[in-house]
Amino acid sequence: MTVFRRRHAWLGALVALALVFPQLAAWLGQDFYVAFASRVLIWALLASSLNLLVGVGGMVSLGHAAFYGVGAYVVGIVATEAPQLSAALIAWPAAVAVSGLLALAIGAISLRTRGVYFIMITLAFAQMLFYVFVSLKAYGGDDGMAIARRSALPGLNLADEATFYYVVLALFALCLYALARLTASRFGRVLAGIKDNEARMESLGYATFRFKLVAIVISGAVAGLAGALMANLNTYVSPNMLYWDQSGTVLVMVILGGLGSLWGGLAGAGAYLLFEELATAVTPHWQIGLGALLLGVVFFAPAGIAGLFARRRR
Amino acid sequence: MNEILLETRGLAKRFGGLLATDAVSLTIRRGECHALIGPNGAGKTTLVGQLAGTLAPDAGSVLFAGRDVTAYAAHKRAALGLARSFQITSVLAGFSVEENVALAVQAVSGSSFRFWRRVAAEEELSTRALAVLRSVGLERAGGRRAGELSHGEHRQLELALALATRPQLLLLDEPMAGMGLEESQTMVELIAGLKGSHTLLLVEHDMDAVFRLADRISVLVAGRIIASGTGDEIRANPEVRSAYLGEEDAL
Repeated sequence: MTVFRRRHAWLGALVALALVFPQLAAWLGQDFYVAFASRVLIWALLASSLNLLVGVGGMVSLGHAAFYGVGAYVVGIVATEAPQLSAALIAWPAAVAVSGLLALAIGAISLRTRGVYFIMITLAFAQMLFYVFVSLKAYGGDDGMAIARRSALPGLNLADEATFYYVVLALFALCLYALARLTASRFGRVLAGIKDNEARMESLGYATFRFKLVAIVISGAVAGLAGALMANLNTYVSPNMLYWDQSGTVLVMVILGGLGSLWGGLAGAGAYLLFEELATAVTPHWQIGLGALLLGVVFFAPAGIAGLFARRRR
Repeated sequence: MNEILLETRGLAKRFGGLLATDAVSLTIRRGECHALIGPNGAGKTTLVGQLAGTLAPDAGSVLFAGRDVTAYAAHKRAALGLARSFQITSVLAGFSVEENVALAVQAVSGSSFRFWRRVAAEEELSTRALAVLRSVGLERAGGRRAGELSHGEHRQLELALALATRPQLLLLDEPMAGMGLEESQTMVELIAGLKGSHTLLLVEHDMDAVFRLADRISVLVAGRIIASGTGDEIRANPEVRSAYLGEEDAL
């Protein structure tokens, strides 16, 4: 009972902080941090989508930036080619759909491999797409492209940082809830079973390939949403969003936050970006510190930051 | 009893220069307990792999329940009712014992492409899982992590996983492997209890168990079936006696 209550106390405090954050930042005269908080939430969404693949399904992908970047480019291209369609209700679902379809294609090929080969083939696909966008001169080539304004959402002014933040927060909460349901569902249990012992799952009669493919499509679609939101936050997209260091960053976030844990994506993205924010003020070589942090987590808290909380709760 | 459930025709598998399966034609009738014996290296596990679909034969065919399943992947054969237990324990180590079996039950009760409803709240899965656990004597271990079980309990869980899919045919690959005397006795009793209600293919080293349990026995030597018959026929077969590595005491 106390476990239950303490857990809800944590959750309640977190939700309350998230809800009043823009007012809090304004009151402290730190408006800049509202956009920062949106950035954290978008990365958290991206990391949570990857966590479904890596943490739950055991498929270590180093090409997640492909789905994220393509989602962002969908918003950018729609804004340039068909500004009348750049309503959030059209452009964002389009980004989700295109990234999901891309994940279907990449997944159908990559999932024929396992382990290190899966890492390499997902990396290769993402790098190919990176070069595709570098060479797309019509959309800025390697300079990327600026987006004139954020997508339009009826009744809301997304140019306002606080409004945009709340939209991102709502979408993040919705996706996290859906991921929680999915993880605890029949499908989620099969996925976890495949991670544990794929040969056994095959011999029980599960067509594991199909389950893994559906997981990649869901994961890629959510990553596409994260990309669409990031394109809106920055009003700018560039091929760098598809570059492999982005895939690496989000993988680091997942490991930092907690593989397979529901809150791992948020904890990892929050810790990573906060650390970056604070440490870059001290030294441009902040990634040395990040490396130390990652080593510490891998050796002393293999369940990640979210795992530390889980253990204390128990 | 006379209906043929599983049949292989001229099955062959070669690993480099080694002919691990050599023109194996085997028939298993519905309802029987058929034992496959043979000295170490005879190719028993290779043959089981080809029956279960984890290994593709180079030649020949596998027929199951009247259907040619040679080209079917392991999961497709399993879905048709061909369940196997592994010689080397293979369970979901990170799952609880009950979750292991519930996942096996889930494989044969409706679509698993359900994304919203909590699987832990599906009572029919846990009810059936508990019933299967009871039938193998693991009902008290349901809440434990499968990775923490003793060797004997692992073997029982292996059997439970295979049983939970309500198979037409159970391929038991050395269910007694590595067990102590007492654990073996328990396993023999368990398998004896399955006879009649299940069709079994038992791959086993323990000759006492084989002669006790099997209705028919096939002897595999160097990839070839050299004899098939009842226990008495096998015992009396001179070719078996001479080929079986001089282990006459065992027979």
